[in-house]
Amino acid sequence: MTAPAKGADASAERRLNMIEAINEALDIMLARDPDVMIFGEDVGYFGGVFRATAGLQAKYGKTRVFDTPISECGIIAAAIGMGAYGLRPVAEIQFADYIYPGLDQIVSEAARIRYRSAGEYTAPLTVRSPFGGGIFGGQTHSQSPEAMFTHVAGLKTVIPSTPHDAKGLLIAAIEDNDPVIFFEPKRIYNGPFSGFYDRPVEPWKRHPDSVVPEGHYRIPLGEARRVSEGEAMTVLAYGTMVHVVDAVAREKGIDIDLLDLRTLVPLDIEAIARSVERTGRCMVVHEATRTSGFGAELAALVQERMFYHLEAPVMRVTGFDTPYPHSLEWAYFPGPVRIGEAMDRLLQD
Amino acid sequence: MSKPHDSAPDAQVPSLRSLQDQFASNTRYPASADEKLAFYRQMLLIRRFEEKAGQLYGLGLIGGFCHLYIGQEAVAIGLQSALNPEVDSVITGYRDHGHMLAYGIDPKIIMAELTGRHSGISRGKGGSMHMFSTAHKFYGGHGIVGAQVALGGGLALAHQYNEDGGLCLAYFGDGAANQGQVYETFNMAALWKLPIVFVVENNRYAMGTAVERSSAETEFHRRGAAFRIPGMHVDGMDVLQVRQAAEVAFAYVRDGNGPVLMECSTYRYRGHSMSDPAKYRTREEVQEFKEQRDPIEAIKRLLVEDGTAEDDLRAIDKEIRAIVAAAADFAETSPEPEPEELYTDVLVDSYSGSAPAIPAAEHAR
Ligand SMILES: Cc1ncc(C[n+]2csc(CCOP(=O)(O)OP(=O)(O)O)c2C)c(N)n1
Ligand SMILES: [Mg+2]
Repeated sequence: MTAPAKGADASAERRLNMIEAINEALDIMLARDPDVMIFGEDVGYFGGVFRATAGLQAKYGKTRVFDTPISECGIIAAAIGMGAYGLRPVAEIQFADYIYPGLDQIVSEAARIRYRSAGEYTAPLTVRSPFGGGIFGGQTHSQSPEAMFTHVAGLKTVIPSTPHDAKGLLIAAIEDNDPVIFFEPKRIYNGPFSGFYDRPVEPWKRHPDSVVPEGHYRIPLGEARRVSEGEAMTVLAYGTMVHVVDAVAREKGIDIDLLDLRTLVPLDIEAIARSVERTGRCMVVHEATRTSGFGAELAALVQERMFYHLEAPVMRVTGFDTPYPHSLEWAYFPGPVRIGEAMDRLLQD
Repeated sequence: MSKPHDSAPDAQVPSLRSLQDQFASNTRYPASADEKLAFYRQMLLIRRFEEKAGQLYGLGLIGGFCHLYIGQEAVAIGLQSALNPEVDSVITGYRDHGHMLAYGIDPKIIMAELTGRHSGISRGKGGSMHMFSTAHKFYGGHGIVGAQVALGGGLALAHQYNEDGGLCLAYFGDGAANQGQVYETFNMAALWKLPIVFVVENNRYAMGTAVERSSAETEFHRRGAAFRIPGMHVDGMDVLQVRQAAEVAFAYVRDGNGPVLMECSTYRYRGHSMSDPAKYRTREEVQEFKEQRDPIEAIKRLLVEDGTAEDDLRAIDKEIRAIVAAAADFAETSPEPEPEELYTDVLVDSYSGSAPAIPAAEHAR
């Protein structure tokens, strides 16, 4: 587990939002490695609907950064084929909700080509995709499908929660020799979201983890980040929910040990174990629906490995088992009220 | 109409150009005065409704994604006015307000869906992109680009299976035309002679991507050729042309000949969605369509030439503004759905999975 990025040296006081950090990671990898190229819907000429690839086509040309037709299956399959041939493609799926047309290629091909060719061929692609809600996107622009991918052996699943991590993790993902699904929490592209949706939006620049060092750096896949150190309980979260949990705990004055998992597969189980063995209480928070969500896996692992340290059952706070609604977004979203109540209950147990 | 297993593999294949030739011999629908007036009224309703939706979005009353149909009105009106609403079905993508209005669905409940209210047509849970009406055999309203085309294949198969004489009208965009599933459906539709009209609303852009930058074959009406689906190419800015093309295509499909692929050349005046400043095209291009090819202005000119009094047209204008204002009022004042609505219609039986009961809503905080 690495220390919080808060100590990033003051000389590198460059503050970026998450989009800028991602853009910079892509820029660096395009410059360093001629085998890297970027493609997806509207990523070239337009620079991406969230601007994550802005300026890259102008800088690296249309061979390295190019637009595709609206063909998710074709996009992902092309990336797998290029990867098998030795290249290092970075494909963008505009929203995670559109990844399903390409799911067969991810599951049946990308995840398995190494295994079934006994390592002859691999698929070192990265699929970047904005995911998660909180932006009034309704059911086709808000989903959190990460557990579908963690369930497939042969894939890595990465979810950053700060600009600093987004850059380092994306570089690591691109350099990784396995297929990586890189989900970007779009709600926090422009600022950390506390979950108190009626408060003014916070920009990243006031957050310590918006300090992003220049140049190439890598955050190893499989290392959780400790966001806050505490004794009351361990909370496991990733993406947007890291910030929501943090805000709720501060607001309530509960000293939680908050781990930002950063990568779901590979998982930093050792960091989780160290924390839960100390606190004896564990809560898992994710925005995705509850049943068979990644929280179920975490709860199972915690009770398998740390049962005798637990003073209370592992608690989950998640999205409801429903499609993401158009209206009622804040009733669906596992926000401060639900998280706060759950913390109180877990402390009483 | 034949069922799939009846259609002999060597069934006679019509010439791929036969429909276009037939259409080209007479491209203007001989509309009566009343019909022209009706087209005018309906297109104007869409235009004003969409303008109002744009305003409500600007005021923050509509959230999320909202795609306006302004500029494309003649397509939905020309085609849907030729349908038999008793038996035919319609399905489209997320730019769906116009197709619903063309069907005479109450503007109030459409607008209330956009604002996410309980009285909306999907009880506020679908939003702008996801609206449906069993009463009108309108099958949505789909946010996933291209998915509706394949679903349309299923609707057509159901028409055929039930021998109900209906056809399916499946709309999609020039961008959607590059989804693989569209071609799976083309093949099935042609193989089984399904009663379906595939309509490409070619408005030249898929978000910020111009057709030439995403499509190897930009003449979308030719894309059925490999499946022996006859194509038609229609000026989608001219409601009388669209209607005439509909007559030709629908007659062919109703005769059991299988699918038709119709490309309507059209233009969206606004950005892709409300958050798109549309910098990928020139002002001049937009101005040209607005000033020289506007479908509403065109039919208005015809009406005036035919001797319709300006006062009568103004009266229609006024009436439509009132309808749209009432829809906006309704959509602003209707209550939001109760939090319990989250769990309705997930499955037939109310189902709450393993999740706890919904606690105090966040917004009750
Ligand atoms: C499967 C899928 N991929 C991508 C998107 C994002 N998206 C929404 S609309 C759109 C452009 C579609 O353009 P077109 O089919 O031409 O329709 P138009 O918007 O012009 O009506 C894109 C890329 C989506 N909704 N679904
Ligand atoms: Mg288009």
